[in-house]
Amino acid sequence: MFKPTSKFLLLILQSVVLLAFASCAVAELIPTPTFSDHPIPTASVPDVDDSIWPILDIAILLAALSAASYFTLVSRSRRNLLVLTIGSLLWFGFWRQGCVCSIGATQNVSLAIFDPTYVIPLTVVAYFFLPLVFTLFFGRTFCAAVCPLGAMQELVAVRTVTVPRWLDHSLGLVAYIYLGAAVIFAASGTAFIICRYDPFIPFFRMAGNTDMIIFGSCILLIGLFVGRPYCRYLCPYGAILRILSCFSKWRLSIPPDSCINCQLCEDVCPYGAIHPPTAVQTAESRKKGKRQLVASLVCAPLVLVAFTWLGNSLADPLSEWHPVVRLAEQMRLEETGNATEQSTDATDAFRATGQPVDQLYQSAIEVQKEFRWLGGWLGIWTGLVIAIKLIHLSLRRRRDDYQADRAGCVSCGRCYWYCPVEKVRLGLIEDVSECLPIIDPPPKEKERVAQETTA
Amino acid sequence: MSEPEKQQDRRKFLADGIRVAGVTVGGAMIGFLAGRRSHAAGTRWQIDPDRCVACGNCATYCVLDESAVKCVQCFDMCGYCDICTGYFDPNYKSLDTGAENQLCPTDAVIRTHIEGKAGQNFFEYTIDENACIGCGKCVKGCALMNGSFYLQIMHDRCVDCNECAIAVACPTEAFINVPEQKPYRLKKVAVALIEQKAKEGKDKAAKELIKRVQTDE
Repeated sequence: MFKPTSKFLLLILQSVVLLAFASCAVAELIPTPTFSDHPIPTASVPDVDDSIWPILDIAILLAALSAASYFTLVSRSRRNLLVLTIGSLLWFGFWRQGCVCSIGATQNVSLAIFDPTYVIPLTVVAYFFLPLVFTLFFGRTFCAAVCPLGAMQELVAVRTVTVPRWLDHSLGLVAYIYLGAAVIFAASGTAFIICRYDPFIPFFRMAGNTDMIIFGSCILLIGLFVGRPYCRYLCPYGAILRILSCFSKWRLSIPPDSCINCQLCEDVCPYGAIHPPTAVQTAESRKKGKRQLVASLVCAPLVLVAFTWLGNSLADPLSEWHPVVRLAEQMRLEETGNATEQSTDATDAFRATGQPVDQLYQSAIEVQKEFRWLGGWLGIWTGLVIAIKLIHLSLRRRRDDYQADRAGCVSCGRCYWYCPVEKVRLGLIEDVSECLPIIDPPPKEKERVAQETTA
Repeated sequence: MSEPEKQQDRRKFLADGIRVAGVTVGGAMIGFLAGRRSHAAGTRWQIDPDRCVACGNCATYCVLDESAVKCVQCFDMCGYCDICTGYFDPNYKSLDTGAENQLCPTDAVIRTHIEGKAGQNFFEYTIDENACIGCGKCVKGCALMNGSFYLQIMHDRCVDCNECAIAVACPTEAFINVPEQKPYRLKKVAVALIEQKAKEGKDKAAKELIKRVQTDE
């Protein structure tokens, strides 16, 4: 009798002999026997699950967007928005497991534009464009109560602090750069980085790798103190919506009619998206503003050139993400004998296909060439975003009352809950003066009045 | 008209213009993308069995609790061996169906005696799809011999994620996009065998299968 170990050795020997056979005569298989009364069966394969989900998904998105817009602009109800937020989180997040989502759809659309062979599902097209159209007309109501990622953060934003303006503005730029990177990676067929680094997918699916669970938990923890950190500083789709919502036809307005400048809304907004009335301009501040504008106008072209150069020089490291380039690099290392391991699974599988190596190198070079362009474009985009931010920051706009920021407001409706004028409208109180005991004289308002009197 | 009002008016005009332009561009893009759809079909994820090394990532990385990837037996490639390297653990104690002798952790490979002739016993190995978790242990074992076991994405289970989590984890780029109408792949060797079988016309299942298999040609 053989011992188990010797059996194992025998098996290995057997397989080595077989492999040797297989390599000299292609596919030398053990013949399939024929039986007198048993036909050789064929495994059946299941059909594509062609359910009504795609249509249902679009219909539900449309309904949710309409409801969110109605609650924000017509019924002005924070409570209804909150209920819808929870509903969206449960449906789009936990039930549909966060896929398909509008944020990720950005990548499918970019890939579909650049790669004519890629066919984009209609659901994805709808998920990308519907929120954009709604934003153009009603502001960011998608962010308010439809997006499951936003909903998750909306519900944990309980103890928020005010992020300093300079930090808020600089971190906000990251989202635009992330958008640019996501588009070039998707367009080149490298990877869908938005999906890969989606912080809440592990929660929605109750499964995921450790890194992403840690990342998601960090975002949620930060979200306790900084309102919606993903939406404000990372979300690439949010970056598009920010731009579009600047031009929206209707948008959330805090008091139903005249503002009493009580500052309650600014205090309660967890996202720093409400601006106080502007101070009256003095000759000095006017001069300073002009200087700032000139400086930023001078800086803008320099920034643009610098980042274009940077993007172009980053092309090669960026292209390393592409699977073809990675494989070609590994093959080159192995062929020249510089690899640490003799072969990897990837190179083994490539060799098994019998494709010539030169063809692989050629396609890797093509990809790298493509990345020169894409890297340059990413650089231009980044430079442009920074330049516009600089110029925008030095432009001054006059405000006579508290107003929601056109780009930053996610229409969560928290300000409705606190606005005394809104309370009067709802008939909860007779007059705004009933709220006065809780209203401290707002310091900024005092400053403004003081300046006005001195001027 | 006062200066602020004029400014307001200018802004409104600008916003209106951009909104109209945005909707037009959006509509054009939808038309462009939908137009492209009409002369091509959508895609689904599938494993190219010739590139698969049965590393086991399919069982753990799928977003579903129970992976959408399962093992499939291509009977036409199988040698019906008595000592099946895909069925038996290399350290088996005896050649029977005891759990300690099997490679499969979930008893999903079913071994049935078919015939004994000329002193040789032939066994058929079928996959119990409900029990299979797609770990690929049997696939790796079978690869030592005929390689008739292979891993495949079952499309009644696959949720068709935007970026397949297993594809990201796959060490050999074996996850590819295949046409929606033909969402399955066979090993190159198997394609010829199944085509032959379908031509003979006796096996309905083979005819059905070959219709839904994407080939490189």
